[in-house]
Amino acid sequence: MKTSVKIAWLLLGLPWLAAAGQADVHEFKLDNGLKVLVKEDHRAPVVVSQVWYKVGSSYEHDGITGISHMLEHMMFKGTDSHAPGEFSRIIAANGGRENAFTGEDYTAYFQSLEKSRLEVSFELEADRMRHLKLDQGEFAKEREVVLEERRMRTEDQPRAKTSEHFMAMAFSNGPYKNPVIGWPEDIKGYQLSDLQNWYGLWYAPNNATVVVVGDVQPAAVHDLAQKHFGALAPSQLPELKARAEVEQVGLRRMTVKLPAKLPFLTMGYKVPALKDAAAAWEPYALEVLSGILDGGNGARLASRLVRGKQIAAEAGVGYDLYSRLPTLFTLEAVPVQGRTVAALEQALRDEVRLLQDKPVTPAEMERVKAQVVAHKVYEQDSGFYQAMQLGLLETVGLGWSKADEYLSNVKAVTAEQVQAVARKYLVEDRLSIAYLDPLPITGNKAVVETSPEAAHVR
Amino acid sequence: MFADRKNAGHALRAIPALLLLFFAWTAQAAPVIEQWTTAQGSRVYFVRSAGLPMVDVRVVFAAGSARDGSQHGLAALTSAVLDTGAGQWNADAIAQRLEGVGALMGATVSKDSASLSLRSLTDADKLGVALDTLHTVLTRPLFAAKDFEREKQQVLLGLKQREESPAELAAVAFGKALYGAHPYAHPIDGEIAGVAKLTRNDLINFYRRYYVASNAVLAVVGDLTRAEAEALVERVMTGLPKGEAPAALPPVSDPVAANTVKSPFPSAQTHVLVGAPVLKYGDPDYFPLYVGNHILGGGGFVSRITEEVREKRGLSYSANSYFMPQADKGPFTMSLQTRNDQTAEALQVLMATAQKFIAEGPTEAELQAAQQNIVGGFALRVDSNQKIAEYVAMLGFYGLPLDYLDTFPSKVQAVGVEDIAKAFRARVDPARFQTVLVGGAAK
Repeated sequence: MKTSVKIAWLLLGLPWLAAAGQADVHEFKLDNGLKVLVKEDHRAPVVVSQVWYKVGSSYEHDGITGISHMLEHMMFKGTDSHAPGEFSRIIAANGGRENAFTGEDYTAYFQSLEKSRLEVSFELEADRMRHLKLDQGEFAKEREVVLEERRMRTEDQPRAKTSEHFMAMAFSNGPYKNPVIGWPEDIKGYQLSDLQNWYGLWYAPNNATVVVVGDVQPAAVHDLAQKHFGALAPSQLPELKARAEVEQVGLRRMTVKLPAKLPFLTMGYKVPALKDAAAAWEPYALEVLSGILDGGNGARLASRLVRGKQIAAEAGVGYDLYSRLPTLFTLEAVPVQGRTVAALEQALRDEVRLLQDKPVTPAEMERVKAQVVAHKVYEQDSGFYQAMQLGLLETVGLGWSKADEYLSNVKAVTAEQVQAVARKYLVEDRLSIAYLDPLPITGNKAVVETSPEAAHVR
Repeated sequence: MFADRKNAGHALRAIPALLLLFFAWTAQAAPVIEQWTTAQGSRVYFVRSAGLPMVDVRVVFAAGSARDGSQHGLAALTSAVLDTGAGQWNADAIAQRLEGVGALMGATVSKDSASLSLRSLTDADKLGVALDTLHTVLTRPLFAAKDFEREKQQVLLGLKQREESPAELAAVAFGKALYGAHPYAHPIDGEIAGVAKLTRNDLINFYRRYYVASNAVLAVVGDLTRAEAEALVERVMTGLPKGEAPAALPPVSDPVAANTVKSPFPSAQTHVLVGAPVLKYGDPDYFPLYVGNHILGGGGFVSRITEEVREKRGLSYSANSYFMPQADKGPFTMSLQTRNDQTAEALQVLMATAQKFIAEGPTEAELQAAQQNIVGGFALRVDSNQKIAEYVAMLGFYGLPLDYLDTFPSKVQAVGVEDIAKAFRARVDPARFQTVLVGGAAK
């Protein structure tokens, strides 16, 4: 079945957008349930193709954490008809770039190619969607690679490790408590059958979205998708347990002691995402609030804490309104030399209090909105970014059209609404705090050796 | 939060592909660059890119860390203080003016250059505010004592943080090992002792010497006419003294012998860097070395180093090699990180892979695959204003010919197996490799 959906201009009042030539998104659904999204961008003779699966670390249960990411690595290790590594070899020979990434709520694979090569991507992606061959020898080596990845990204990075412990404290039963890459002992404990099982559960056309952005014609992309993905059998997908996070009943606080040079602070309030918001405007108000605090060097954290009070060397905010499950609104900061993390925490909480006590000024609201308007244009400079947005929205269950609604929803937010979400959500009973307390770094005295080859001068 | 699979590498086999088809479009894919020089001696490179109502501007000065002299970190701190006060405005006013029109301004420093970049909508009102702000930051920075002191403290804290990162410590040691007393040796941000001594006057003097019109190259990419681009450049640069371009850097001298530096560090992995100074822009061996390295360790997904270290043995997540060309010989670097107890094995595999490649060169099949990837993917290099602006600023700054991008695919295609073997044997000498190992200390 082929359905073509044309979305009306949501932003007709904005002449610059028409000038920007923002293209429609074309949506198709194949009979086997595969969704295909196509956005034309004819500025360069290239195409980006992404396949998004509805599976990620938030789908995992304890004991196999990180298995979505491990499986992502194994997806390059061969199918019934292609040897390990051949996927990458064929993409490279066709001038392509490729990779994959795993998050809490998704696993995605992508290729960037000259436009005539889209079929190469479809053929290979369709093949590994249903015909992956998991080999014990390849798995054993790749597990070591993943453990090295974990050492590099987390074990040897004091702030990343602090954040990992922080998430494990902030969430009690909700799946965001686990790191995407998995706990080390879980990684070491995977069996090949665990991977086979995980692949069988989630890799199917009715659990995937193909996103194509570039110098292409939607009808031709549809035909190509039908040709390569059309014959794949759908699966009976498992029912995902809700696993709603228990209500937090008071402040949570921890200290993480690690060899490090600088202290670090991370704080997070439990807040709704767009998907589960009590009122649809609330996540957009939190989005504006994050801009008020951290929307550039003129925003409050830089202006008031880095420069004004000179208490923070750096400070930033994190909020993902497109999260699949309720998430955290985070504040992270590093104190300047001579100030404590406790004083910095107080300064950050004073900023939160100010947002609750007084509506933000019209000038601040305008600056945040002006940036959102401009970024909507800038993001069209990257086909990859546009594809990311569509794929993510579809995969978390919001639907890609939320991308088009973003601008008008942000523009509609009032100062009173920003104050209201600050009062409702940025409260102590929803708050978790972690301090990184640096331990001395020992044993790092430099030793210089001259190797034997030194004698051998040319 | 992502965990991705970058630098995956895989075995090689030639895949037939239609090279003629690639050429048919690459011939048209390169952007058309217009070039002129302002009355004050700034070279301008302009690409008209219609389709999006936006413009990217980069102003690049030969004012990178190689110009620090004995005051390491001077170029970087100068750049960091620039946008904290200019004309009538403090840091808040500068940032809020830009944010009010949705413009983005940034300052970056490399070994060779210091750049200011601006991205703005082309709407006349908005662009005007953005350009006036950039102009003021560029021509009338205040270097106020308070701002200077605060930025310096932040840099010092960043330098302290560097000491908790084995990867960054390795990079610092590697620069020193490769370049000795040359201005490329020290890290761009400097070292704690030297930065602590920098004064406001040092910054002002550095700014006056190097942020001058005849030392500037501009790249402008966006939805403007040539006349609009010329007016834009005048508006940004007016009032900046002509000054003079600095003399060339002293030549890089090759390390006389191989050497290994080990720094014990209480990390789970040891970071390994191996290499030597090799390649500069405009070098006659540029293409054989570039294409050869794609096969050795630069092709990411399809390279020997990744295949040997990661795919066959699972020793590292990221194992690769690259040339970073600069005004004078930039580093050739091979890198990996591995669990401490595997360091010797991983280093041995890395060295054996490099030595075999340098001694024998690539196979015909490997070369063909690399050329198919580079030539076939050429359009991906210039598929956005952002990437075009980066390329154009690079070729302008390093004085590469205007047809650099047009001829890039055919020059890649013209490289033969023997060219690569010859260039690697002549230019990449393991007897001069510097090896840095950071890690391996008991916790």
